[in-house]
Amino acid sequence: MAKYLLRRLIQLVVVAFIISVLVFLLVHLLPGDPAAQILGANDTAHNRAVLNKQLGLNLPLWHQYIFWLKGVLHGNLGQSYLNHTPVTQVISTGWPIDLELIIISQVIAFAVAIPLALITSRRPNRPVDNISTTATFGMLALPPFVIAPIMVAVFAVGLHWFPATGYIPFTQNPATNLHDMILPSLAITAGSIAVYYRLFRSDLISTLQEDFVTMARSKGLSPRWIMWRHAFRPSSFSLLAAAGVNIGALIAGTFIVEFLFAIPGLGYSLVQAVNQRDYLVVQGITLVVAVAYVVIQFLIDFLFTVVDPRVTRE
Amino acid sequence: MKARLKRTGGDTLEFKDVGHRGEPLLVVDDLHTSFRTGRGTVRAVDGVSLTVDEGKTLGVVGESGSGKTVLSRSIMGLLPPRDVIKSGTVRFAGHDLTAMDPVQLRQVWGAELSMIFQDPMTALNPVKRIGVQITESLRLHLGMDRSEATATAIELLRSVGIPSPEQRIRWYPFQLSGGMRQRVMIAIALACSPRLVMADEPTTGLDVTVQAQILDLLAELQRERHMAVILVTHDLGVVATRADDIVVMYAGRIVEQAPTKTLFKETRMPYTQALMDSIPRLSDPSGIRLHAIAGRPPDLIHPPKGCRFAPRCPYAQDKCHQSEPPLRTAGSPDHLFACWFPLVNGVSTAPGMSSGSSVFGVSGGSGTPGESADASTASDQVPPAPWSLADTPIDPDAGLEPS
Repeated sequence: MAKYLLRRLIQLVVVAFIISVLVFLLVHLLPGDPAAQILGANDTAHNRAVLNKQLGLNLPLWHQYIFWLKGVLHGNLGQSYLNHTPVTQVISTGWPIDLELIIISQVIAFAVAIPLALITSRRPNRPVDNISTTATFGMLALPPFVIAPIMVAVFAVGLHWFPATGYIPFTQNPATNLHDMILPSLAITAGSIAVYYRLFRSDLISTLQEDFVTMARSKGLSPRWIMWRHAFRPSSFSLLAAAGVNIGALIAGTFIVEFLFAIPGLGYSLVQAVNQRDYLVVQGITLVVAVAYVVIQFLIDFLFTVVDPRVTRE
Repeated sequence: MKARLKRTGGDTLEFKDVGHRGEPLLVVDDLHTSFRTGRGTVRAVDGVSLTVDEGKTLGVVGESGSGKTVLSRSIMGLLPPRDVIKSGTVRFAGHDLTAMDPVQLRQVWGAELSMIFQDPMTALNPVKRIGVQITESLRLHLGMDRSEATATAIELLRSVGIPSPEQRIRWYPFQLSGGMRQRVMIAIALACSPRLVMADEPTTGLDVTVQAQILDLLAELQRERHMAVILVTHDLGVVATRADDIVVMYAGRIVEQAPTKTLFKETRMPYTQALMDSIPRLSDPSGIRLHAIAGRPPDLIHPPKGCRFAPRCPYAQDKCHQSEPPLRTAGSPDHLFACWFPLVNGVSTAPGMSSGSSVFGVSGGSGTPGESADASTASDQVPPAPWSLADTPIDPDAGLEPS
């Protein structure tokens, strides 16, 4: 187990390194001369060269990379060209919002999808199952940018249950913050519920046809015990893998919802920075998002070792 | 929502010691099991009656698709509730299993009546430690607490010949070899000392060398615990030395039923004879082709009108294709067979059959008799069997020759 996790950890470090190189190159692949952008197109070539030297842009690429990496490791991602806020500050205000959105939406998704699948998989193709399957199919087909405006129209504009837009940090007022976050989280959670429910349901149905479930029945165990203690774990592998990919995609992938509800999360800042060609902000957020993605996959790999003993020993 | 390991609902059933009253432990009467499928109704078990006495072994023999596995699951009542049509009764230790509700059946399963499955790799839960899989039934049926159940499980593993069971109890199935897994399966099945164990092809997935060990182990434990065993197999060689009685199944029906010795000595049904002929013998010269029965078992949605074996039977007459022979006796009352022209001393009583040697020839070869028009057309129509009953080599120690 420890050996397996150590191997995964080394892989994580290698992947993080590769990501840092790619993110660094990303900016350098983009056309345009930063000095020209800062000084304006009409300045002299001499001034540009001086500025390039000041910024270290005359050095070889690998040298620049090491210089940049040193900064990253010391928590310095540079600052925005536009308003000179440090990139780390942009990120530190953004990530708690994404984290909160992800946690709330995923908790709801699992809380709905898992019990529903446990109920319907026991008697597939009965009315309850058909309704759930059709409903989740609809959820799957509706992207957040369709669901969100509908929810705003119904719950915010129509019923006045929730605010349509706005954000107050959790630390300032937890109750208001949670209240504000409910609609955005629900907009995200629909897709997750659909994916988790359908995967878990179909895996449960096939697990329930396995010999070891018949064997468990032949021991006289109750259907509920068989469901929880025999079928649940072997059916959860694809659910876990899908959750890893899905949560990874939600980091900064929630920008549509953040835009619609005017929540300054990471995705929101990223899209703005891209629009304004604020390259260092783009670079910084991309790096953080990519590393977070890798870390989540590592956590999922760890959970696999808990759920399936065969993973570490084979 | 939490599941608990406790018997719930209903009164506790009493299981009488029927042996003292001269009653058989298990009485199956006219059992039918059919499955509704898209193509039609598959009659997998079609009117089977049998009995098993306490402490005895019944061998159920038949090729793939003969309904023997469905029979064993029907007796237990383990079939899925949907798309299954069942009739007939199963009396077990004074109770009618077919009349029981699921809660009552769960008191019988694992406690009084348990099952050993064919493939221990798929029948053991891959993500549960083997110890837990044994203690579950102990805690459920015998009300043991965790530590008591663990101690019993260690003893059970020791009794089925698993070395250092104290450590192995924490292992997962994938860490054990095939033979070890089947031993674990036996330990699970025997955990609560059931009266009857259904062993459904218990050695088919195992190495030949391990097969005999597992069967010997099962026989030994059976003697010690005085339990009855129904040994389901496609291999007559497996039951030849181990069963008290044998039931031969074909296409969902019993075609011959007798005490083991009688069955081998006075084989009446050509199908049984064919099964015997398909056992390879060590005395055969090397290089000889194995005997196989031409053709395949019939379609159970539309079984043949007459004798179900007639299309493959070399002795089949018009009568065989027209009407189905009943299961009847001749001589001893415990020997039943379903054949219009039963064999006597290995020779068919069908008209026109004078040859003394067995006519089940070499697969696809020249051994088929030419005298009977029916037989030759039958074997012309069906291509050489893609499977063979003889394709599994049998245990040389099993002693196949009837005494």
